[in-house]
Amino acid sequence: MNPSAALASILGPRRTLSRLLHDSRTRIALVVLLIVALSAVFAPLLAPYDPTVQLDIVRLPSQPPSFAHPLGTDPYSRDVLSRLLYGGRISLAVGLGAVLLAMSFGIAIGAVAGFIGGAVDAVLMRFVDAALSIPRLLVLILVASLWGSLGLVPLTLLMAGTGWFAVSRLVRAETLALREREFIVAARALGASPMRILVRHVLPNVAAPALVAAALGIANVILLEAGLSYLGIGVRPPTASWGAIIQDGAERVSDLWWLTLFPGLAILVTVFACNALGDALRDAFDPRQLPRGNDPTFAAEA
Amino acid sequence: MTTPLLELENLHTYFYTDTGVARAVDGVSFAVGVGETVGVVGESGCGKSVTALSILRLVRPPGRIEAGSVMRFEGKDLMALDEEAMQHIRGNRIAMVFQEPMTALNPVFTIGDQIGEVARVHAGMNKRQALAKAVEMLKLVGIPAPEQRAGEYPHQLSGGMRQRVVIAMALVMNPALVIADEPTTALDVTIQAQILELLADLTRRLGTSVLLITHDLGVVAENCTRVIVMYAGEVVEEAATSDLFARAHHPYTEGLLGAMPRVGGEKDRLATIPGTVPPPTNWPKGCRFRDRCPYSWERCESEHPPLYQIGGGHTSRCHLAEEPERRQHPHPPLAAQRGATAA
Amino acid sequence: MRRFFAGRLAQAVIVVFLVTTITFLLVHLAPGDPISVALDKPGVTEAVRQQWREAFGLDRPLGEQYLRWLGNAARGELGWSFSFRRPVRDVIADALPRTLLLVGLSMVFSFALGIVVAVLQTERPGGRRDRWFGRILLLLYSVPDFWLALVVLLLFAYRLPIFPPSGIVAPVVHDYMSFSGRLIDRLLHLVLPVTTLTLLATAAISRHQRSALAEVMPSDWMRTAIAKGVSHRRAVRRHALRNALLPSITLAGLYLPALAAGALFVEKVYSWPGMGLLAANAIVARDYPLITASVLITSIAVALGALLADVAAAAADPRIRVS
Repeated sequence: MNPSAALASILGPRRTLSRLLHDSRTRIALVVLLIVALSAVFAPLLAPYDPTVQLDIVRLPSQPPSFAHPLGTDPYSRDVLSRLLYGGRISLAVGLGAVLLAMSFGIAIGAVAGFIGGAVDAVLMRFVDAALSIPRLLVLILVASLWGSLGLVPLTLLMAGTGWFAVSRLVRAETLALREREFIVAARALGASPMRILVRHVLPNVAAPALVAAALGIANVILLEAGLSYLGIGVRPPTASWGAIIQDGAERVSDLWWLTLFPGLAILVTVFACNALGDALRDAFDPRQLPRGNDPTFAAEA
Repeated sequence: MTTPLLELENLHTYFYTDTGVARAVDGVSFAVGVGETVGVVGESGCGKSVTALSILRLVRPPGRIEAGSVMRFEGKDLMALDEEAMQHIRGNRIAMVFQEPMTALNPVFTIGDQIGEVARVHAGMNKRQALAKAVEMLKLVGIPAPEQRAGEYPHQLSGGMRQRVVIAMALVMNPALVIADEPTTALDVTIQAQILELLADLTRRLGTSVLLITHDLGVVAENCTRVIVMYAGEVVEEAATSDLFARAHHPYTEGLLGAMPRVGGEKDRLATIPGTVPPPTNWPKGCRFRDRCPYSWERCESEHPPLYQIGGGHTSRCHLAEEPERRQHPHPPLAAQRGATAA
Repeated sequence: MRRFFAGRLAQAVIVVFLVTTITFLLVHLAPGDPISVALDKPGVTEAVRQQWREAFGLDRPLGEQYLRWLGNAARGELGWSFSFRRPVRDVIADALPRTLLLVGLSMVFSFALGIVVAVLQTERPGGRRDRWFGRILLLLYSVPDFWLALVVLLLFAYRLPIFPPSGIVAPVVHDYMSFSGRLIDRLLHLVLPVTTLTLLATAAISRHQRSALAEVMPSDWMRTAIAKGVSHRRAVRRHALRNALLPSITLAGLYLPALAAGALFVEKVYSWPGMGLLAANAIVARDYPLITASVLITSIAVALGALLADVAAAAADPRIRVS
């Protein structure tokens, strides 16, 4: 499959792509995400100071924004702008990594449940049902607090391990639906392996909802990571993460407002971009929308 | 002739889809007189349902009734009415009976509530009066134990019962016109006759005009005084029912009559019309039936036929009206020829 | 109906069982055990710790410990809180009602608000009002819970000192107030936490409600309603909404986990002494029995809430209720 055909198989007809690109949310989201990604990647070049170094604990703690420190310093005299730039790396790495892993788990387990069926399917899906009704944050809190603060990789694994349930349901449903269809029966009769059926038939069909789920999932993971860091059980200090910067100033929010405001805005903007992209993707894939206002019947309440 | 109750002139309803503009209704004109029952027949996709929805302006985006379409009802120009005035007409002066009684009723309201709502909206009745009216209507459409039934939900009723409820709902305000869009298609054959009889009986008693949309010529034969045959978004033939059955002019109508099973007729020769309706985004230039027609010739390809007067209120959109001798030389339709070579 | 209820109850039991098992396993997989953390002080020898382990049965096989823990949990014996120096059960008994008050109020407000917003959006879909509400809701949906709480705190308790910043009553002076004074004091303390939690919940509920409405709008019975002469507004508010509310009742159950999470942050920021603050403080104090118990109780409450919501949704749906 050539690249454009691969893209077409995921995005469906070209109209979907054009709807997506004509959506103002897509453009805003892409611009924001590009800026966030670039500043995270080039943080070492952009950051004026080392994000973990306490510059001058006697003279420079908790300084409000100034020319030398545009976003101020924290109580340990670290430069907030530098920490903010590096913090983006944590958020994006955990968000992207966890969602990619979670998608893989979800696809694998959903496909297993769907292809094998029977008791395996029943057990797996009961487990997924139960897991979906357990507050994800509580599981994260439990694990993170029991193990103390986590490193980047364990944290990502943890987020992935608690994020695959919905995708597995999706893949399983599609697998079951496809199993009933004749061309799959024919494909099996011709000796196509389940792996081939999964890749050729199941995945293209779930690509649309899975992409939407991925965009919204990244947003969710970024929020969860920030939440854990705010509670003091995120990535290990003194690593800079957006939630951790807020936590450093949370006890004195009325004095140290810059420690709350700037990283919070960074989280908000990034998460908003992911969610907006998810919404735009969903609407582009599913154009069955409410009627627009130019109809005599539905433009009644002018 | 007195002024008709409803007059359509050059109705165009287009759908603006991703694949192009679908001209679902493409210049339809006809009239319905007071107390008259008019049938509209055609295959699915010929535009008859969209015509029905257009009259009440119920077409949803991406569909749109085009400017220049004229719909006159009781002397009013329906296209010029604002939404509030249109609401006054819907359910009050023109009521609609939909095809699917399974889905046409709201599942979470009792049927008494849903019938009564018409009276509440149009006659300003309060809840109790409306419920009493609903019970009265249920009795009228022959539902046993109407008081009890009024308190039940749609899922508790059989398909036939539900369609009676829909008819009751349509007749609450004693409207001048009822548009019935395939009212029996979704029902069991045994129930179909009962429902049609009920509708015919009630509208005759109340003096209601009916626009009966169906794909079943048998239904038309039994209920309608006049028939309009639609094909590919256009009216292709219009005649008094007896006239149409005796002297069908348009080859499409001939085809429909040939496809109709007749009691005591030659069952084994049940004809079907080869080919399918062309896509509404791309109507052919000349006659839209040409490919499926056993008489078509060069003229049919180049010249779009107008509605020819055949006499006695009988019209037909076929060049045979001017060159009747061609009817003597039928040939296999192009669609059948193509099918044969493909096979 | 009964069958449905039985199935749903079985599911809730599975959830609770799964949560207890996972909690138990996690606690025992974690590095160190409660004793080594609680007695991680100079002067306490390994021999003493070993004695304590035996006293608490931590030297027994895992299976035996699990069964005993399960039995204790079933009887409400949740252990001893090292940080409060009180039985965990008593600590939770104090905190739980306060959280239920906070979450209950927010739930009611956010559902009312969320439904109103969704209806206003759906009345003119794609219109200016719909688009702006959509953007605002998406922004609220993207805001970190604790950050919104902090910003609201900063603005309305510190910059504009209108509302008290923390706690459930004013310290010290509350006891000297008149009855009505005390009532007002309590209400004032509720304003910021409830408002924050309501805003957070409204974003999610309203987005779901709008798509539920959008889903039922193309229904045949909506066309029937319009064909009856019902106005578009009435059709949305009466016919569409009643149908779209059914999934929303279930949604209330599904949304409980997020609300529980939101409550945790809101309680921490406003020092509201409920389950959330309890859990947050227990994390800092590494009070394992309290952490596990909080997680357990919250999960069970969420499972029960979801069960109730499903049953309520079934009861509200005539297709299930009357059959």
